Order: sequence, then structure tokens, then C-alpha cells
Amino acid sequence: MGFTWTIVALIVALGLTWRYLGSYMAAVFDGRVHFLGWVERPIYRALGTSPEHEQTWKRYAGSLIIFSGVSLGLTYLIFRIQGSLPLNPQHLGAVPPALSFNTAVSFLTNTNWQAYGGETTMSYFSQMTLVVQQFVSPAVGIVAALVLVRGFSRRNSSTIGNFWVDLTRCLFYILLPIAFIAGIIFVGQGAVETLAGTVSIHDALNGVTQTIARGPIGFMEPIKQLGTNGGGFLNQNGATPFENPTALTNWLSIYLILSIPFALTYTFGKMVGSIRHGATLLVAMLVIFGSFLAITSYAEHQGNPAVAAAGIVSQPTGNMEGKEVRFGDTASALYGVTSTNTSTGSIDTAYDSLNPMGGFSMLGGMMLGEVSPGGTGSGLYTILLMAIIAVFIGGLMIGRTPEYLGKRIQAKEIKLAGLGVLVMPLIVLILTGIAVSVHAGRIGPLNAGPHGFSEILYAFTSQANNNGSAFGGISANTPFYNVAGVIDLLVGRFGVMIPVLALGGALAAKQVVPAGLGTFRTDNTMFVGLVVGVIVVVGGLTFFPALALGPIVEQLSHGKFF
Amino acid sequence: MLINLRRSIVMAVIAMAFFGFIYAFAGTGVAQLFFKSQADGSITANGSTLIGQNWSATKCPGHPLGSCVFQGRPDDLGPYAAVICASNAKNCTPSSGGDNPLVANGVNGESAATNLGPRSKVLLADTKELIAYWNARGVNPTPDLVTTSGSGYDPDITPVDARAEIPMVAKATGIAPATLDKLITRETQGEELGFLGSNYIDVLQLNEALAKLR
Repeated sequence: MGFTWTIVALIVALGLTWRYLGSYMAAVFDGRVHFLGWVERPIYRALGTSPEHEQTWKRYAGSLIIFSGVSLGLTYLIFRIQGSLPLNPQHLGAVPPALSFNTAVSFLTNTNWQAYGGETTMSYFSQMTLVVQQFVSPAVGIVAALVLVRGFSRRNSSTIGNFWVDLTRCLFYILLPIAFIAGIIFVGQGAVETLAGTVSIHDALNGVTQTIARGPIGFMEPIKQLGTNGGGFLNQNGATPFENPTALTNWLSIYLILSIPFALTYTFGKMVGSIRHGATLLVAMLVIFGSFLAITSYAEHQGNPAVAAAGIVSQPTGNMEGKEVRFGDTASALYGVTSTNTSTGSIDTAYDSLNPMGGFSMLGGMMLGEVSPGGTGSGLYTILLMAIIAVFIGGLMIGRTPEYLGKRIQAKEIKLAGLGVLVMPLIVLILTGIAVSVHAGRIGPLNAGPHGFSEILYAFTSQANNNGSAFGGISANTPFYNVAGVIDLLVGRFGVMIPVLALGGALAAKQVVPAGLGTFRTDNTMFVGLVVGVIVVVGGLTFFPALALGPIVEQLSHGKFF
Repeated sequence: MLINLRRSIVMAVIAMAFFGFIYAFAGTGVAQLFFKSQADGSITANGSTLIGQNWSATKCPGHPLGSCVFQGRPDDLGPYAAVICASNAKNCTPSSGGDNPLVANGVNGESAATNLGPRSKVLLADTKELIAYWNARGVNPTPDLVTTSGSGYDPDITPVDARAEIPMVAKATGIAPATLDKLITRETQGEELGFLGSNYIDVLQLNEALAKLR
């Protein structure tokens, strides 16, 4: 009963957010919102640019890449010298080079893969630097999506906006206010927010003295979720009560994660002048999200096989291994699906201990390219790539040059979309193949048997999709996994984003063909089916053999333990 | 190229100032001003109500260790570290004792789960030992009492879990089971807003209330 109401509350809240945040974001990017002009203008002056100064897609992409490079360098530098910087009450030393580089890349790419334990590795200064990337990386994702949206909304245009202006507006008008308000709720519920160091307390009742890690955690939480970042302050992320103290903050986390990615479909519809097209993509996202939610909440409501075999057959509260009592089985399942169907990767439960079909769902959400609803920005641009492929297939069926929103989809566009769609599976399967073939890769997993393979597959799937969650048993802080991870992260992020920017540029330059009688409809149920079909066929067929060796064989090995 | 480099550096500095420092300091300011106790970690006289503790080593004269208090869920090493270490030797420091966040996973200061898969032999063996531990204390354990949480220091148990521990606590403290049952009812916290999450009991608060009864 409680779970039904949890879902109902979520649907109502997200429905309102879709409508109103969606149109607000469109207004922000069209330059119709000005209440923070006094912050914006000095920034533009310092940057030497202005909203009137538009860029071509190549200059836009160049600004994006150079800015990313500078952010990466700065973040890396701070990790390396954190020992000499202030805000380090635990006197933690420099983060080792390979780990620093992996982590800097991971936060830059909106992944937040964490090969380290936060409370024992990062000073408060370093954690604050990570928060900077938690604001900037989702903003970069959103502006990249914006370029593609403008590709459809503009005609005969050689420019697609100004990177610096879009970035600034996204940061100050959208991310900052929502995160700050949500932060107050997190802290009010019990999330820790202090610059004082660890605290030691002696409990007279049991004679135990505890030393408890603390830090500026409460205000990292909302941007971690809102920006679909996922990287927490503490090792066990949203499972720890200091990050996620109550069932209410748990629900709020889920809401924050889904709000921007879903609302961007409205923004898209608004900007291209057809809300129906945005709603069509929204429905496709919901179909996939709902399917994974059904599988996971059912799977996790079943008992844990090892606990059952040990003698406790009746497990009415579901699989509680790795789960927190205050959330329970189904809310944890909902959180997991939310986190892996977006590029978030935060956790409120140990994914490694999910039942086989629960783990399958986590992997599946990422393998379908994270489009349901996907990361902030990246979800929208990835599903638009899928929609372009779907239009192409539809065009082949009826024998007409495919069009989407009046723009002809020709060889160049299809090549770019195909590239963007295939980069992720390619890098995941190659790196997983290498990892299981070499000793350095095989020593990573904690678990034996098919679950060990799943841990490796999960690691590369998560990084290529910029998700950042893990089957946490894997020992990822090794030279092999740190280096392979960096390749995975960068290819998965920029290997998709650059084709998207190029596609946006190519589309913006095109004429609009007026819709005729023979035009293939891209705003109806049939098209939803076609898009979902393309997503499932591309992701499903590519990864099915790998999934069969991992979670599927684990599910089927009744009574066997590894 | 050069102009972009200059802009990137300026933007990186602006972002660091706003989102690294101003955001964190303003947040900490608001938190410390309006929610001081929560922001400091919900610390009470005997510990944080949000961080589970190791109750299994509590001295109970004349009775097994930890039997005169309600125990929380096992952590990565179990509240029964010594028991678990025998089978899960990979990352184990037996002397460390469980439930202390600073020793979970054998790494000083980290929260951690077992990360054992649903068909893990190690998990099967650990669970058997945990069941034996509870049975030896007259408790028929619920699933929560033999599984490790996500954080490794779950501060809560459900009312059902607490009731399962009544035989053990009643025997060691001499308090009537009916009185303990009433105590559990009184300490149970409902679902958030009436529908979010599960009913739960904070083990620290339950034991503080229990101490007052004795």
C-alpha cells in the first residue's frame, strides 16, 4: 500500500515538474528570464562574451572541450595537493596520481565513479571541488542537448548559441536554486552539514567508543541527485543515514534525479514548437522505466536465495541483504531503477547484493543507453539519436526520405546518429573482453562465478554510460581498472557528445520541409513503439550474450552457490 | 583557441568560487543556524541516533555478551566479528568488533556493505553462523537480523525484529516480555508522512528506554 502511494506522489510531483520546470527551462535558454541579470552580466563581462555573440557548432564544441580540459586539470591538481590546502581536518595526504586522474575524469564526465572511499580519502576542500563538477558537468550535458534541440528549432542557421551563456544560465537559473532549497530539506531531515571534523562519543550503555566521519554532506546531496551525478561524500553513498537520513529524503532523491531529465522533453517540445513531440519521447521513456521498475520491485520483494538456503525461507520484507530498514525493499528497488535509468549511479542499497533479476535491471537500464529518462541532457540527446534511427527505419519501410520535425535526415545525419549510438556498446564490450582475458582484470571481482563476471561487466557498463554506480565488491582502485576506466569514461561521454554537437550543427543549417500527406508521423503511439523498439533492439541484442553469462545464468542456477 | 583557454580558466575560477565555496559555506551557515543538532550529526549523550552501534559486546553479568540489550543489524563484519571472520577471512580484522563505522570493511573510517551476491557461498556460510549465534541466545532470527545493511551501520530495526529479540532480553534483564512488548510499541516510528518507507525503531533510543526500565 505504502509503495502505491509512493508512486502516486512521485507521478503527481513529476507531472507538475514536467510541465512547469520544462517551460521554465525553455524560457531560460531562449533568454526570456532575467531576474539574475545582476549575476549574469558581470560573468559575461569577465568572460568577454555576450548572449548576442553566437557560435558555430565547431566553436561551441571547441569551447566545451577546452573548458572540460581546464576543469579536469584544476580538479586533478587540487587532489594532488590537498595535503597542503585548508579544510582538511583529518589531515589526509595527497590522492595518488592514477586515482586522482580517474576521479577527476569521472566527475568531469558526470559519472562519479568512485574507486575510493570518500570519508577516508578526500579532504573537505577536495569534496567541495567535486561539488563544483557536480554543478558543471550536468550543465554541460544540458547545453549539449540544447544544441541538438536548436538544430531542430532553427532553420538555415550557421550558429547554434553561445556555450558560455548557455552554461551560465543553466548553472544559475536552474541548478543552483533547486539544489539550495532541496539542501535545506535534506539537512532538516538529518543530513550532516558541518566543517568540523570527526567526532568521538562514548556510549555508557554498551561501553563502545565510536569515531564518526562527518562533513559538508547535506548540501552535496541535492546536486548529486539533481545533476544525475551520483557521487556521495561517504563510501556507501545514499545508503548511509548521514547522506539519506529518512524515507522522505529517499523519496526526494528519486524525485530530484528524475525531475530535469523528464522535464527536458517538455523543454524540447516547447522549443521545437510541438509539445506533442516532447510528450511522445516522454511516453517512450516511461514505458522502459516502468518495465524495469516492475522487474526490480518484484525481484527484490523475493527473498535472498543464500539467506533462504541458510534456513530462513520466509522473508516477507524481501531481500534485505545490503538494504536499509528505513527504506525497505520496494522503495530501494525504485531508487535503484531511478539511479540506473539515469546517469546518476547513487545508491541507497548495495547493488551487488540485489537478487539476480534486480541486478539484471540495473545493468539493463544502463545498457539501453540510459534514455529512460537518462542523465541531465544526455538522456534527451541519446533518445533523440534513437528517434533519428527510428525515423530512418520508418522511412525505409514506407520508401521516403526520412524527416523529423521537418528536417530531412540524410546520410550525414544517420552516420552521426549511428556513431553516437554504437560508441557505448563497442567500448563496453571491448574493455570487458580485455578485462576477463588478463590477470589484472580477473583479480578484480569479490564474488565467484557468474556474479564475478557481472561485477566486471557492470564496472565498464557503468563508466561508459557515465552512471557511476558499481557492483561494489569489485576492487576498482588498481592501475588496470583506473586506466581502463578513464578510457571508458572519456569515450562514453565525448564519443557520444561530439557527434551530437555535429548533428545539431548540421540540422540547424537545413531548411524545413513542410509536412505533407505522406509524411511519417513522429508524434503518435506508433512512433513510441518504434523508438522503444529501436532502443531495445540496439541495446538488447548487443548486450544479450554478455547478460546471459552474468545475471541470467545466475537466475537460472537454482540451488547452486558459487 | 587562446581566447577559449582564457575564458575556460575564468569560468573555472568563477565556478570554484560559487559552487565550491559560496554554496558550501552558505549551506553550512543555514544548516548550523536553523538545524544545528541535525547538521552536527544528531549526536546525543550515547552516540548518534543515525549511526548504528555494536551492541553485541555489551557486558551482561551472568549472561552472554550483548544479551541484555536489543541488538542492531550485523554490519560488514557482523556484530559478531569474531564469529564471521572465520569464514570471511578476505577482509577481516577480528579484533575490530562490528558496527563501529570506523572499522567496517576493515578500512578505517569507511562505511561499507558486504557486497556479497545472492548466490554467494560466503554469504550462505555467514548467514548460517549468524542464525546459530541468534539461536544460541534463544532468538528465532528475522531476515533483518542476519543480513547486513547497505551502509554497514543501519541504526534501525523493525518492530518485528525487536520482538524476535524479546526472549533474549527478557531472560538477561528479568523484565517481563509483555513490558518489553509495550516498550517496543512505544518506540516504533511510523512510516514517513504515513506512506514512505517502513516502520522502524532506532536501536539506540530503544536501549536508552530499556535502561530506564531497569
